[in-house]
Amino acid sequence: MKPAPFVYFAPQTVDEVMDLLRQYGDDAKVLAGGQSFIPTMSFRLAQPEVVIDLNGVEGLAGLREVDNGLHIGTMCRQRTVERSPLVARRAPLLAETMPSIAHPQIRNRGTFGGSLAHADPASELPAVVSVLNGRFRIRRQRGEDWVAADDFFISLFETAVGPEDLLLEVEIPDLAPGSGWAFQEFSRRQGDFALVGVAVVLELEGHVCRQARLALLSVGEGPVRAHLGEAALEGQPMGASLLQRVAEIVAHQDIDPPADIHASKDYRRHLAEVLTRRTLSQAVARAAAD
Amino acid sequence: MSTTAASNRHPIRLTVNGEVHEREVEPRLLLSDFLRHDLRLTGTHVGCEHGVCGACTILLDGAAVRSCLMFAVQSHDHEIETVEGLGTAEALHPLQEAFRDTHALQCGFCTPGFLMSLVPFLAEHDDPSEEEIRHALGGNLCRCTGYQNIVEAVRLACRRQRQGDAHGLGEGAVPGEMS
Ligand SMILES: Cc1cc2nc3c(=O)[nH]c(=O)nc-3n(C[C@H](O)[C@H](O)[C@H](O)COP(=O)(O)OP(=O)(O)OC[C@H]3O[C@@H](n4cnc5c(N)ncnc54)[C@H](O)[C@@H]3O)c2cc1C
Ligand code: FES
Ligand code: FES
Repeated sequence: MKPAPFVYFAPQTVDEVMDLLRQYGDDAKVLAGGQSFIPTMSFRLAQPEVVIDLNGVEGLAGLREVDNGLHIGTMCRQRTVERSPLVARRAPLLAETMPSIAHPQIRNRGTFGGSLAHADPASELPAVVSVLNGRFRIRRQRGEDWVAADDFFISLFETAVGPEDLLLEVEIPDLAPGSGWAFQEFSRRQGDFALVGVAVVLELEGHVCRQARLALLSVGEGPVRAHLGEAALEGQPMGASLLQRVAEIVAHQDIDPPADIHASKDYRRHLAEVLTRRTLSQAVARAAAD
Repeated sequence: MSTTAASNRHPIRLTVNGEVHEREVEPRLLLSDFLRHDLRLTGTHVGCEHGVCGACTILLDGAAVRSCLMFAVQSHDHEIETVEGLGTAEALHPLQEAFRDTHALQCGFCTPGFLMSLVPFLAEHDDPSEEEIRHALGGNLCRCTGYQNIVEAVRLACRRQRQGDAHGLGEGAVPGEMS
């Protein structure tokens, strides 16, 4: 269980990182918190020839307010996001989600952007950043791009960050007034990867849903948006029977969850239904209290 | 690309339990192996080597992290605390005393990891609920005790900390407060 040999670089600027990525291309990988990357190297599932450590690079770990929300630097530690009063105030859904990611010892080192760039379908942040309409700032070999969440997550462990690109930061826009939000997941033990998780943001006008964003984790190849469930909510007055109907649509039409040693397909559907119903009612209650 | 083993070594300088060490390391050397094999600090245990068991937990600049999920070369210029820095056989750290007093260990393999995870927790919690304690222990596995007495040990250590009694408080290094 030891990583294969590699050549190590510890650059100090983004420009140096970009030069190294251009020079070594596919042979190189960037190292963020290492909490997913180092285990895969120890298992020798990954054997990069060159490792570019981002931990000493200037300007990647900021967390700041902008006019319309927050900008979170890719190297901002998950624990920092979890404990930030700024995040609690401007992105409460994010603050509520952070403790569900692994354990404090992992979050002390694991980074916000690392989790998103890794795009494990069982991870919380891709689903949550999707319903928050997050945007991703990516440095390319030529210039920079802002990419919307819907275009960022492509497939299993695959994102809009190409092999010679670097994720720089993530924008988390403020919620519209009158929004409710919720995140819930089920795992066998706190800190384990969840069997199913649901994130939701609802924009209400009185009792009527103007816009719904719903995403699930651990049920597909990435964060799975529940488009049918969202459509069934939009334009409708909120009520218990509607929320139950939407939960059934999500569990039986929007997702086609995998079966593995942790849970069968049916059990995952069941969890998706229960968690969708619960998160929706919590979001409705929060929107009403807003 | 090719590099010879000889050229692929990096000088590092770090502080471990208050002592400065300078070494040359191959980049692929895990911090856990560096502590155990290069510095002979074998109190840091290695169970799973992929981040799941918590036996290798140390303090990096005062924060609990897995030493099997870091490369030694990344510890350059940082401060590390291992279980060896907590207390001595004569003057145990209050957490170690509480573990002993409540029988919170059997084989002891997991204990260094639990202790290092709990040092920052104790610094931040005076009177934690049982749920808070169990969450704090969630990142460490124990195959022997069934956890009950570990929860008990944390309670006892917190109670003694609140009372500020003479059970070794103030002795041994307090990580995060070193210069
Ligand atoms: C025991 C254990 C339990 C865990 N449980 C959970 C859990 O419940 N939920 C969860 O979400 N996660 C969990 N994790 C994973 C953890 O959250 C990781 O921290 C996270 O997935 C990856 O972040 P990192 O900063 O460690 O990235 P790394 O491991 O360093 O990198 C991950 C990948 O992303 C790439 N990458 C990183 N940053 C960038 C960037 N800026 N630009 C381009 N590419 C980049 C790397 O090249 C690598 O391929 C767990 C990990 C462990 C060890
Ligand atoms: S040996 Fe590091 S977590 Fe198990
Ligand atoms: S005492 Fe044996 S593993 Fe915990």
